[in-house]
Amino acid sequence: MGINWKEYEAAGLFDEMIDQRNKPRSVAKALAKHLETLEGSELEQLQASADLTIKEMGITFTVYNESGGSIDRQWPFDIIPRVMSKREWDRIDAGLKQRVRALNMFIDDIYHDQKIVKDKVFPGDLLKKSKNFRKQCVGMNPKFGVWAHICGSDLVRHSDGQVYVLEDNLRVPSGVSYLLENRQVIKRVFADLFGDYSILPVDDYPSQLFDTLAALSPRPADYPQVAVLTPGIYNSAYFEHCYLAQQMGCELVEGRDLVVPDDDCVYMKTIQGLKRVDVIYRRVDDLFLDPEVFNKDSTLGVPGLMRAWTKGNVSLANAPGAGVADDKVVYAFVPDMIKYYLGEEIIVPNVPTYLCMKEDECKYVLEHLEELVVKPANESGGYGMLIGPHSTKAEREKFTQLIKDDPRNYIAQPTLNLSTVPTLIEGKLEPRHVDMRPFILSSDQIHVTTGGLTRVALRRGSLVVNSSQGGGSKDTWIIDEGA
Amino acid sequence: MLARVAENIYWMARYLERAENIARLISVTANLTLDLPKGLKPIWSQLIAITGAEAMYSSNDYDERAVLKFLISEPSSQVSILSCLASARENARTIRDVIPREVWETMNSLYLYAKEQAPQAPSKRGRFTFLDEVIRQCQMLTGMLAGTMNHDAGYIFLRIGRYLERADMTSRIVDIRSSNLLPSTTATVATYENLQWMSVLRSLSGYQMYRRAMQLRVQRTEVLRFLFQSDVFPRSLSFSINSVNNAVGFLPNHEKAQLIVHRVKRQLDNAHIDKLKQAELQMFVDQLQIGFAQIHDELQLAYFSGLGSAVAAA
Repeated sequence: MGINWKEYEAAGLFDEMIDQRNKPRSVAKALAKHLETLEGSELEQLQASADLTIKEMGITFTVYNESGGSIDRQWPFDIIPRVMSKREWDRIDAGLKQRVRALNMFIDDIYHDQKIVKDKVFPGDLLKKSKNFRKQCVGMNPKFGVWAHICGSDLVRHSDGQVYVLEDNLRVPSGVSYLLENRQVIKRVFADLFGDYSILPVDDYPSQLFDTLAALSPRPADYPQVAVLTPGIYNSAYFEHCYLAQQMGCELVEGRDLVVPDDDCVYMKTIQGLKRVDVIYRRVDDLFLDPEVFNKDSTLGVPGLMRAWTKGNVSLANAPGAGVADDKVVYAFVPDMIKYYLGEEIIVPNVPTYLCMKEDECKYVLEHLEELVVKPANESGGYGMLIGPHSTKAEREKFTQLIKDDPRNYIAQPTLNLSTVPTLIEGKLEPRHVDMRPFILSSDQIHVTTGGLTRVALRRGSLVVNSSQGGGSKDTWIIDEGA
Repeated sequence: MLARVAENIYWMARYLERAENIARLISVTANLTLDLPKGLKPIWSQLIAITGAEAMYSSNDYDERAVLKFLISEPSSQVSILSCLASARENARTIRDVIPREVWETMNSLYLYAKEQAPQAPSKRGRFTFLDEVIRQCQMLTGMLAGTMNHDAGYIFLRIGRYLERADMTSRIVDIRSSNLLPSTTATVATYENLQWMSVLRSLSGYQMYRRAMQLRVQRTEVLRFLFQSDVFPRSLSFSINSVNNAVGFLPNHEKAQLIVHRVKRQLDNAHIDKLKQAELQMFVDQLQIGFAQIHDELQLAYFSGLGSAVAAA
């Protein structure tokens, strides 16, 4: 007896694969059928083989423990893929491009004339309290007017079937290497499934990333010197930094490998002495980039880097200051930005968002804490959140105080019932909640990854998908049903 | 090539070579115990002397098990196979973008294998499988690197690291093994001297190649000449230093480094090995090791500092 979908408990949920009558959705038919031929024990074997592959490939991420040490953990991966039709994806793809275009226009406007503030579409005092607004960036003109060259936007599907954008990560979004590696793993363990389906490939990303970065070079050159700047092996995403440098064939540098002498150009220390660098894909946060300008104690950054950037001698991706739009309060204004800058209606909607800075909305939030998810404006990784339905009275009281003390710093959203995907739990398939993070590249052109990184909350009922908090991931299949 | 990356590749190669050499050394010594007459035992503490780790050895117990534990699985011993493989992997981890992915995967699984198996490896039963596997995997990595990595500056540093480590290790093995492999009891000397020199050759996988190249019975002078001066045996000192010399020649601004390598090479070429008595042999080895250290110091200054030799020399 293989997998029996009749026993799958998807009632009351939106499952990506199985509908309410326990029938596979049209896009998932071939996959569901294939799974029907497999015993639970065979699935367990496939899972074990995937885990072994991940171990041998050395796919890891780092978590920090309380004693200050760090451990390399293997990337938790579930073998059952998440499927989506190309038809649906194409619409999302267009929506993401639209969104990132507007976000870049917004950032560029904010650091120049602030027309959007003058036209009263965006409240100016928000900027005064923004943690990620950098006054050093005012008046800067990054090439193509693009600030956020690499953006990771999180998508969720609610039980109403609608896909929403949950947040935009414009600082140093991570996860794309896992997206690419997941496909390699699934190809090794599920080889026979690829014949039945037209699953769109994902491997083009590293070349697109290189092209995106190379286009930013301030010097005209056939082969600009591109480098990935990493905080080092103790960073949780170090694996990804290595991976991307390797895939692009460019240097992976740490702050100590770079110098900026009096000529305000960036050089790396090589075995032949100093060599000029044109473009830096930096995976170091703004505040650690340059001890001359930001955090003086930073040993991760490069003294003089901002000097070189301001003079236009090096391009930084993402540009410093791009994080001003990576803020959950600013997020709420994205639909307005799209209308204001592009004159278009938003294609993939935002999750309805209450801003605690607005008195009436704040009142509503405080009265409905039990139903809402409250998030601080500037945290990532799922930290500092209140999930109302799962919260205790003490936690709600704590958040009431936090919100009252600093309303600008909090937003609230209805608790979304994230869609689910069948996930292998002790030899059985059970629904688990997922989200998806596609990556959008912009410079002279805009590229979107085919699908995204699907993250899954492995605990029953849990909505927290972050890998640092017990989440795992799945391969994402965009399927061309017409092919 | 980034200075830091060059340095990491160099150390990765050194640690890998060191792990392999220690595995060979243990394997042969353990094998020798099987051939020795009852009541004669090889002096296990010599193995610790060969690795130069006497200071790190905290136990007073120099029996087989304690020494093997120290050399195979002790995490606090910087010379144990496990910690060499851990260091090789850690260096590889910081340059994953430079070395081919398959190499990283193999190195990672070798480390995971060693970590899992090392605690059982000192036992008589587990030992040969474990040591053979380590040697085999190290050789495989050498082959994969040769066959899949760009033979650019990084590969040159890899070769320099490997051959410098090999020269260093071979000289240590000869130094200590040639003196007192067996307790000097009158009864043993004649009968088992051959056995001693055969074991020296075998520690370096050199027995068969010695017979082919020298076509002589195994005896001190010829074995020493073979291990010091053979141009064809890949683990001899001459061969190793020649390889370092060739590799250094491809580096930018290599004049100063090459001068030092040439000096070491001349010392090797001009030595009258047959005339060296035990004490002189040891002095000669000491001299060579000073030369190896000077080669390393120059690499550090000229390439790993990132300032280039022109700046470093000024």
